[in-house]
Amino acid sequence: MISLAGRDILHSWGKFVLTGLGLGLLIGVTFTMAGVYRGMVDDAKVLLNNSGADLWVVQKDTLGPYAESSSIRDDVYRGILGMPGVAQAANVTYLTMQIRKGGTDVRAMVVGVVAGEPGEPAYLIAGRRVTRSHYEAVADVSAGFALGDSIRIRRHEYTVVGLTRRMVSSGGDPMVFIPLKDAQDAQFLKDNDAIVNERTRTAVNPALNRPGVPGLLDAIEASQTSNHNVNAVLVRVAEGRSPEAVAQDIRRWKHVQAFTREQMENILIAKLIATASKQIGMFLVILTIVSAAIVAFIIYTMTLGKIREIAVLKLIGTHNRTIASMIVQQALGLGLIGFAVGKVAATVWAPAFPRYVLLLPADAVTGFVIVMLVCVLASTLAIRAAITVDPATAIGG
Amino acid sequence: MRRSFALPRQVWFAVVGGALLLALAWVALRSGPLAPIQVTVTQVVTGEVSPALFGIGTVEAQRAYLIGPTTAGRVRRVLVDVGDTVTAGQLLAEMEPVDLDTRVASSLAAASRGQSLVAAAEAQERDARSRQTLATTEARRAVDLGQAGVISQSAVDTARQAQQSADAQVAAAEAALAGARRDLARLDADISGSQQQRGNIRLSAPVDGVVTSRAAEPGSTVIAGQAVIKLEDPGSLWISVRLDQGRSAGLRAGLPATITRRSDPLTHLQGRVVRVEPTSDAVTEERIAKVAIDRLPEGITTGEMAEVTLSLPSIRNALIVPNASLRHRGAQPGVWVHADGQLRFVPVKTGVEGLDGLVQILDGLKAGDEVVVYSDRDLTDGARISVVPVLRGADK
Repeated sequence: MISLAGRDILHSWGKFVLTGLGLGLLIGVTFTMAGVYRGMVDDAKVLLNNSGADLWVVQKDTLGPYAESSSIRDDVYRGILGMPGVAQAANVTYLTMQIRKGGTDVRAMVVGVVAGEPGEPAYLIAGRRVTRSHYEAVADVSAGFALGDSIRIRRHEYTVVGLTRRMVSSGGDPMVFIPLKDAQDAQFLKDNDAIVNERTRTAVNPALNRPGVPGLLDAIEASQTSNHNVNAVLVRVAEGRSPEAVAQDIRRWKHVQAFTREQMENILIAKLIATASKQIGMFLVILTIVSAAIVAFIIYTMTLGKIREIAVLKLIGTHNRTIASMIVQQALGLGLIGFAVGKVAATVWAPAFPRYVLLLPADAVTGFVIVMLVCVLASTLAIRAAITVDPATAIGG
Repeated sequence: MRRSFALPRQVWFAVVGGALLLALAWVALRSGPLAPIQVTVTQVVTGEVSPALFGIGTVEAQRAYLIGPTTAGRVRRVLVDVGDTVTAGQLLAEMEPVDLDTRVASSLAAASRGQSLVAAAEAQERDARSRQTLATTEARRAVDLGQAGVISQSAVDTARQAQQSADAQVAAAEAALAGARRDLARLDADISGSQQQRGNIRLSAPVDGVVTSRAAEPGSTVIAGQAVIKLEDPGSLWISVRLDQGRSAGLRAGLPATITRRSDPLTHLQGRVVRVEPTSDAVTEERIAKVAIDRLPEGITTGEMAEVTLSLPSIRNALIVPNASLRHRGAQPGVWVHADGQLRFVPVKTGVEGLDGLVQILDGLKAGDEVVVYSDRDLTDGARISVVPVLRGADK
């Protein structure tokens, strides 16, 4: 038995392939959209993974350090280190700022970490880890820095000694890792003019500059320029201990908030990128409807284009079912080409996006099923047109 | 001509379909989560690790002098200015004497009056002695006459009593003279006391040095102990270096140091650690060391920031890996060993680390092992990898 659908496709295969190609690009856009959402979620997970922490200890009653600002004293970690079940605890600071690089600015999240402790990037793609306790940086490759580059954060020049990949904040800003003490300074260090003005302000305050107490002014100025705050303490739990139990202990006795990995993931995904993902979800729905409509119109016009041939088929007594299956087969074929082109296209252009686009195989399978379903649904319009055609049309009636 | 290219449509269609399928398969396996993870590997080698400590510090004067009055007062004049070189003993400033000069005059007058009193006491003593001589003679004569029965016993007793009284007066006059002399000594001491006080308001340099601050101008009132002039010994400049406690193993006096000043980053000065402070900073968790500069450069100033690298003795014949190859599994550091195309996480014990990023491995690896240095993604057991010389995007 010959396949009428196959025959017809072969008859005008160029047109068919080109149509499939166009449809494929549209499907590629849809896949990319889903990939952008997956990428955002995955970025959040990578952010948590790479910090290497089991617990995040932050200021009480905050959802910090990513979703909300949090500030705790930098000696809190010592108390936490003494809690049972805590293997490692380290201070960490996060600050999103503009970093000067040559003549331009790069928006980046500056992370202050203690070498060898949680918070350091888990892996590098080039260079080495920070070995000096000051003025060295490990930067994410998406910030556009290269090894040996000199970057300026506030007053100091830092040398880029290592590169990471996919170390971005929840907002997509590349991370730059610098030693903790430098980061603490950078968070609170003002420019020189501001410091000089502040000193003058303090000096003219008669309560702070008292003639009878010679050293007071110096002491006050020194205390104004130092910073002993960090944003969070990252905790690694000892082997075999439940992070939740340790977190409960810390919450109860240290009067700070402690989040486990699951809670943190929930905060990042449910709170931080919730609106963005809804936005993308809405876009996905609209794209699916638009794709379905386009497939329907294409199949419909293709069917109308050979309405005479169909009338002839009907004239020679072909079953309606045969005609319908022919149209469905063509629609599925179109969908198949579209899916393949879309998947390839999405993969090809995904790396060009500024933020990570993650194309999951599971998403591809779901996409395939949806494409096929949409094609079947879209062909109903054409089937209706073909079935209701008057066989007399074949002889010009 | 055209016909010769007209392959059957089926063939064309099959070619396009096949290409599409191949592309799809390539895409599914080479990108996304199923793609192999690009890694670079290196061999564990035996070599030399040159550990070093790195800290930042400020230039300070080892000996700085705050020169001010010992009592509250007003500054009369200041003779030196910032930057002046002074010698030991040189007068730098003077406080207002207020009543000190009149106090000296008063004690001088009191002393001369004391001298007069001594002279008077001496005269009184002489007077008493002459009376004593007379009384003694008369008493002896009365005794002789009494024995001869010429005068009554009563007259003899009176003469004896007169002699004893004259003796007592001599003793009194001697005591008064000694008292007057001691008084004079006290008044003399008063003179030198008020003169010393007068001298104390002259602020002079205790050592040779350079004036770094002129903290009070003539006419201003300063309290006891407040500095009027600050001096520094320019030869005693050193660097107070702060080193992270966590990275200060091996810090000791005598370590050679390379110093780079922020004001002159191209010049590297040599020096050495002369003292490790016995107390560390508990708040900043830093240790403090003093580093002397071998040859002080021109124009070095206190308060300047300097980066100091302290070289520790290097360790030879150590197993070394780049620090980028160290990963953590939980709290356990280790490396991914690549053998027979498979990855295996091997826990290691690390030793010292050089500033160039090489880490000594004490336990867990042997020379010749192949370890993963860089990777495109986080590695897991059984992950598919492809070994490349340089990671994509890392070679810019």
